[in-house]
Amino acid sequence: MFCEKAIELIRELHRMSDGQLPAFNEDGLRQVLQEMEALYEQNQSDVNEAKSEGRAELIPSIKLRHCCLLRNQRCVTAYLYDRLLRIRALRWEYGSVLPANVRFHMCAEELQWFSQYKKSLASFMRSLGGDEGLDITQDMKPPKSLYIEVRCLKDHGEFEIDDGTVILLKKNSQHFLPRWKCELLIRQGVLEHVVS
Amino acid sequence: MSDALSDDGSDFNQDGTQEDVMTPAELIAKLEEAWLNEKFSPELLENKSEVVECVMEQLTHMESNLQRVKKGDAKASIHRMEIDRIRYVLSSYLRSRLQKIEKYFPHVLEREKSRGEGEPSLLSPEEFAFAKEYYANTESYLKAVALKRMPSNLQTVDMLKAVPEPCLDSFVFLRVKERQENILVEPETEDQREYVVDLEEGSQHLMRYRTIAPLVSSGAVQLI
Repeated sequence: MFCEKAIELIRELHRMSDGQLPAFNEDGLRQVLQEMEALYEQNQSDVNEAKSEGRAELIPSIKLRHCCLLRNQRCVTAYLYDRLLRIRALRWEYGSVLPANVRFHMCAEELQWFSQYKKSLASFMRSLGGDEGLDITQDMKPPKSLYIEVRCLKDHGEFEIDDGTVILLKKNSQHFLPRWKCELLIRQGVLEHVVS
Repeated sequence: MSDALSDDGSDFNQDGTQEDVMTPAELIAKLEEAWLNEKFSPELLENKSEVVECVMEQLTHMESNLQRVKKGDAKASIHRMEIDRIRYVLSSYLRSRLQKIEKYFPHVLEREKSRGEGEPSLLSPEEFAFAKEYYANTESYLKAVALKRMPSNLQTVDMLKAVPEPCLDSFVFLRVKERQENILVEPETEDQREYVVDLEEGSQHLMRYRTIAPLVSSGAVQLI
């Protein structure tokens, strides 16, 4: 049946409903594009025959193939766009440097899109006024307390806080740090908020 | 509010408009109103860039005041907390807007393009630039990765048709700030009839956004 491969692409994403990004299905995409090319060529020749030899009975199959072509286009663009939305969410979740295992799942064009998106977002944030603008990817939750207890999950080296003191973030060490400085590191999985 | 704000009595309106100068408390109240409205509205609302600018100035001002306070002074923590709170509301407001701009990007750009001469702008200049870049980026991505490999009559996608529009019939909670009379409520189903309601000041309602959309932009109701 036509469009089976295209639906499979959609199903693949539908299965990962938590926003995870699976590997880019280059193969699947290629198969859909090949099917589209084949359908289009069959239609081209049928249209010519229908015109030149007045074979009107070819018209229903021409219409069917055209519908399949549109459906394939729609499924492919839905697949690609949904992936873009997941990639966009990564910028807000992880920051502007993506972990290697995620980058591995992205095709070259997606990496390009991400890099451009990052740039647009950065220049928007810079333009918000003040000296360096406002980083709106921070402050994702309303502030509850000024300082929080955090435990270090991995070695992260030295970390400077506002009054100049330098903290050494060694694995399993616990610190009482200003909340706003820890947000990004918590999201990246370096620190863990300890709720006693 | 705190004395960190009223320190040097700086004005917020230096462009000589006929509005009275807003106190810091009024400015933050305006920010919070804009924030809640934007959060609960299904569509992108008018941009409030004057409020954003003033709040940014305010924050810079507060930060620099904070540097001057003695370290370890109890007041410092309270001021810090206040700065964090305001920054959270401002960031959340701008994030709400960006999310809607990205979600409805062709429609937002279309609305901006077809807006009349005297009508207020939906997007700030920076948001407009961002929206255009987002559109161009997404379109060229789709072309490069798939569309250009498709048959010649299928190499474009009509973004306005492909991207869904915001659902203006979603229900929203609202509180009435200024009494409104004779609001026409359209029927939802065929067996209902349209009817008219009066909205009393201070009352709260759950209604379809479409019915009260103009009241949100005029400030007569507040989404909650």
